[in-house]
Amino acid sequence: MVVCCCLGRTATWVSYQLKIHAQKYMRSPLIPEMATQEVQLNETLAHLKSESESLKSKLEEERAKLHDVELHQVAEKVEGLGQFVMKTRRTLKGHGNKVLCMDWCKDKRRIVSSSQDGKVIVWDAFTTNKEHAVTMPCTWVMACAYAPSGCAVACGGLDNKCSVYPLSLDKNENLAAKKKSVAMHTNYLSACSFTNSDMQILTSSGDGTCALWDVESGQLLQSFHGHAADVLCLDLAPSETGNTFVSGGCDKKANVWDMRSGQCIQSFETHESDINSVRYYPSGDAFASGSDDATCRLYDLRADREVAIYSKESIIFGVSSVDFSLSGRLLFGGYNDYTINVWDVLKGTRVSILFGHENRVSTLRVSPDGTAFSTGSWDHTLRIWA
Amino acid sequence: MALVVEMQDPKGGVKGSEQKLNVTSIPYVITGEHVLTWITNKMKSNTEEAQVMATMLVAYGYIYPIQNHKKLVMCNDGTLYRFQTDFGTFDTVDSVVAMMKLNIRKKGMLEAYEQAHYNHLNKWLNHKWDFIVMQATEQYKATKERKKADRVVLDCQERAYWVVNRPPVSGTDTFFHTALTHNIFYQQTIMRSRVKSSVSLGALVKYVTTYKNHDAFLAPCLPSNPWLTNNDNYWTLNTRRVETPTKMRVERWSFSLFELLTDLRGRDDFKIFLKKEFSGENLAFWEAAEELKWGTASSMSSKAETIFKTFLAPGAPRWINIDGRTMGMTVKGLEHPHRYVLEAAQTHVFMLMKKDTFFRYLKSPTYKDIQKKALSPEAQNFSPAQIEQNAQSCSPGIHPIILWQQEMEENAKAAAASAPVDVKAMMSKMDRKNKHILEFMHTRF
Repeated sequence: MVVCCCLGRTATWVSYQLKIHAQKYMRSPLIPEMATQEVQLNETLAHLKSESESLKSKLEEERAKLHDVELHQVAEKVEGLGQFVMKTRRTLKGHGNKVLCMDWCKDKRRIVSSSQDGKVIVWDAFTTNKEHAVTMPCTWVMACAYAPSGCAVACGGLDNKCSVYPLSLDKNENLAAKKKSVAMHTNYLSACSFTNSDMQILTSSGDGTCALWDVESGQLLQSFHGHAADVLCLDLAPSETGNTFVSGGCDKKANVWDMRSGQCIQSFETHESDINSVRYYPSGDAFASGSDDATCRLYDLRADREVAIYSKESIIFGVSSVDFSLSGRLLFGGYNDYTINVWDVLKGTRVSILFGHENRVSTLRVSPDGTAFSTGSWDHTLRIWA
Repeated sequence: MALVVEMQDPKGGVKGSEQKLNVTSIPYVITGEHVLTWITNKMKSNTEEAQVMATMLVAYGYIYPIQNHKKLVMCNDGTLYRFQTDFGTFDTVDSVVAMMKLNIRKKGMLEAYEQAHYNHLNKWLNHKWDFIVMQATEQYKATKERKKADRVVLDCQERAYWVVNRPPVSGTDTFFHTALTHNIFYQQTIMRSRVKSSVSLGALVKYVTTYKNHDAFLAPCLPSNPWLTNNDNYWTLNTRRVETPTKMRVERWSFSLFELLTDLRGRDDFKIFLKKEFSGENLAFWEAAEELKWGTASSMSSKAETIFKTFLAPGAPRWINIDGRTMGMTVKGLEHPHRYVLEAAQTHVFMLMKKDTFFRYLKSPTYKDIQKKALSPEAQNFSPAQIEQNAQSCSPGIHPIILWQQEMEENAKAAAASAPVDVKAMMSKMDRKNKHILEFMHTRF
């Protein structure tokens, strides 16, 4: 029996048939000669499994070889943070149900938010005025994003699609009329984000894939397969090349992808439960994640390892969303216990806990110029904190 | 499917032809438009119904798109398709795989005729396992020797087959497949290069230190944080096209070329410097490459052509000086443009600017000048009563849609102003003028 553990599609094809054949044998071993072949197949399976385990530990070994210092050790020379006075500066009321997602406009004051009742609202958070409102044909609009130009918003959820609505200066115009359906998945849309222009959208879905779409034609430009379960979040890298993004899923994995080839280039599996949110460190060399296991973690991409865990025994509820302050020193986390915890990224300690929402915090984003951050909650409101 | 067989009938079926895909001629190719017309006529349906039916044929793999393997829909235009080899004449191995997959998909609940077929294959296979492995190996070797046209077709066919019949993502049945993929991934990951923790963590700390004073949560935002005082001076002082930027903003441009280029006001200042140095073509190329990368799929070829004519062709008006190897690779890639075709050239140009031009800019009179002129707004200290008052007079500011329109207008103006002068045309114009004068002088003297 030949087992080809070499690269190449055809090798995979052969092994796939091995597997199908094995599966068939295991269902009905009628002929004696099949029994021996069955044993051989079982051995092959076991061999692959043990090889998997040894490769995994070899990987950990390689990673550990270059691990010469911990983050908090490097951070010892850094000044400590003072006391923070962060309060709710604006409360945006208008959604009739749970707020699920929000995104800032590049003008640093407008935001778009979406909720469970299918409403998508564009606000000028500074004046608290509602500027635009759209009612989606589906409920649970779990994803929304503001276009870089400020001229459109994208949203989607249980309709398995991501649609783009061009905004208008005319208050009376029906935005739903100009709606453009861009992305089509086979399960719910969990997150969406425009790339550097209004012309492309990156989406993640409950069907376990992420995809890059051309907005004008609705063409699928690239799809990303690798998660073994629902993908819940994504974030684009803020780098000069702008070619990578990170995604987190229900398989507890955070994957870093190359947008050009569709390949997964790095993968981290240290969380103990679903990863609800991923966000890049402002330099693009690291990213943070928030999970149902009540921890936030920091992953260093160049060292290829997890470098910090932000947790406390008293925090037992999951993190729904995370974001960094402009310098990367602070990590804000929205939790399912209605609070916001503020972490010192370098020293690993919690510097503040904020109260205000009357139900779980579902979404959190820092404004583009770092002057404030916004949270959305199941209590139907959004709050701006500074 | 009888319908599919009929469609392939050379006499009454969908018209097919030989088509050129890249440099290979593919035999028997059909266009989406032709398929839909044939179905509409045959079934006496309307275009919509035909579209739905045809898309199903593609989704289930009877017909596959040649170019965009992953887009499994029938397009009513010139998009090219081929018929998947009739399942009846599929290689036995392939039909086994197809049956197995069907079995998995239907979770063992096959129709009576499907079950009968499955059992038949089962029995037949029992005696043929080694033969199958050998056949697969032979096929693999044989594909390498086939004619290129056949290979391309087979490749398309196989890829399309796997896109349609992709093994399910989860479940114990796919353990083999998953394990193999994981092992390959682990092997690749083990071999990738890593950086020492002290180095990479040190870089993270350095970033925080550099940006500390620019973080509104760590240092006061001058003149005041709009969210705290309800006064938006901070935003009006930092608009896109402000005449005189603030000192903090100008300082941020010095942190990295990426910062300088991302802040469009900084990019403008950089362009002023480049104009003085007569080296604006690198940045112009970088901007054009960005537009290509993030542009619509339909604009790709025209943009690529313009870029080639302006920056890369021999004797181009804004020719960029990149090494021969990168130039060769890029020009070749432009024969079949895609959004990442300029990646190598763009990176090269960015690195040139980053390692040389950027530092010269920071030492230049242009930058020193703007540093001197830059504003240092005084901190505004409002009393709680004043903050209340400010809240009453909050203005909505300029709507982003209007700002965007203004930006587009400015860009158009700038493009027109800096359009490369057609030197040849100018020269020939001058030549003609000179000739005139010479002739005149000849007649006179």
